[in-house]
Amino acid sequence: MQMGSTGMRIAVVDYGMGNLRSVAKALEHVAPAARVVVTDDPKELARAERVVFPGQGAMPDCIRELESRGLRAAVLEAAARKPFLGICIGLQMLFERSEEGDVAGLAVFAGNVVRFPHERMVSPDGRKLKVPHMGWNKVHQVRPHPLWRGIEQDSRFYFVHSYFVAPVDASLTAGTTDYPTPFTSAVSAANIFAVQFHPEKSHVAGLRLLSNFVAWDGLSDGGDVSLDAGVSPEGQVLPRAATDVNQP
Amino acid sequence: MGLATRIIPCLDVTAGRVVKGVNFVGLRDAGDPIEIAKRYDAQGADELTFLDITASSDGRDTMVHVVEQVAAQVFIPLTVGGGVRTIADVRRLLNAGADKVSINTAAVENPAFVAEAAARFGSQCIVVAVDARRVDSEGGSGWEVYTHGGRRATGIDALAWGRRMEAAGAGEILLTSMDRDGTRQGFDLDLTRAFSDALDVPIIASGGVGGLEHLADGVQFGRADAVLAASIFHYGEHTVGEAKRHMASRGIEVRL
Repeated sequence: MQMGSTGMRIAVVDYGMGNLRSVAKALEHVAPAARVVVTDDPKELARAERVVFPGQGAMPDCIRELESRGLRAAVLEAAARKPFLGICIGLQMLFERSEEGDVAGLAVFAGNVVRFPHERMVSPDGRKLKVPHMGWNKVHQVRPHPLWRGIEQDSRFYFVHSYFVAPVDASLTAGTTDYPTPFTSAVSAANIFAVQFHPEKSHVAGLRLLSNFVAWDGLSDGGDVSLDAGVSPEGQVLPRAATDVNQP
Repeated sequence: MGLATRIIPCLDVTAGRVVKGVNFVGLRDAGDPIEIAKRYDAQGADELTFLDITASSDGRDTMVHVVEQVAAQVFIPLTVGGGVRTIADVRRLLNAGADKVSINTAAVENPAFVAEAAARFGSQCIVVAVDARRVDSEGGSGWEVYTHGGRRATGIDALAWGRRMEAAGAGEILLTSMDRDGTRQGFDLDLTRAFSDALDVPIIASGGVGGLEHLADGVQFGRADAVLAASIFHYGEHTVGEAKRHMASRGIEVRL
């Protein structure tokens, strides 16, 4: 059981797009003592101590639904001050603009969301690479972060997407994935961590990341972990933390 | 190194129990779907597919309940197919915890349904299942689409259909050879390769797996993005882990 999560309110932002049950179930699994609320109520987001911002489908639809439910301000408010986890389109919406439907995002971060370039989708051995990028791929942790704690370098996570984020500020990138060239598959800045993959569908590694998110105060960044946990300067290997995920 | 080839055990479910037919006839009971799902999860399955082979609406309610229970305990992608005919069906399965739904007969009867479902829920959760059978025909790809569990010919060219479904918004194609299904002779590799070369979305090869070499053949010769099998896993002949080790020994990247 996760220590310190008793009674903690974790809000999963519900704006009517996709399967939120999986995210909620995975959070309940790693933090059985927490209160996981799937909600479209801005007041619930304001009350929550952790906010998870998922997303599936097409970004224009996600942005439209977010706006129509009056959730933009509440999401921005949460992203400004609480431990905040973006997932898939929930990562993409944090950027300025997406090629998908040429739609504006929430512009928390500078940079755009771009499509896998059709002409470059060939593997080193000459195979055609399909889009969407669907399945289990490796995430390379480019620097330490509390959410990577206990997760082996280059662990595989489950992806399904056709677009990815291109941050202007390269220091936002916390993880990269090759398909076939490297793209940013995780970003972090202050209290925000956001991933292109689906931790709720990524078995042990994904549950560990969610468990780390529940335990994270949103304050410490990678530098603190590096000093505290004795990670190598490259942040290549993170030690397993004392608390463990309940394995399925 | 990069994306791993997925191995997907398939569970045919009726009345809440897993079964596997031979050419969809002569079903045998192979157990409880939740226990089997957990076993495959522990073996390292990359995804699970549940096909509801009951026709009645009662059976589909049972399926929703099965999906809910599995989704609360197994944290890998779940695809559910069989009898998905309306937007309400899609929504109900996604809300129960399915990550993708597989549409088969309803796509043929109403192709606009696929486009509508993809527009509503996103292509990432819409799989179109294509059941194909070899035919002698002039000018076509050589395979025809069948529906109703492989019993009914449609007259539709399979490859043209696959392209059309991709354009409609299918995020993935579950491609089953009705000639091979249940025969244990291996995938129809020509069919698999024809689809994989022609389409940009991932192709899941299905139908005919009788041994581990067939899974690897599907990837190396059929160029499948994922391979699906049922009976070789259900009866304990092979574990998913064995399948992955075999594929890795043939140079295929897998998630170990």
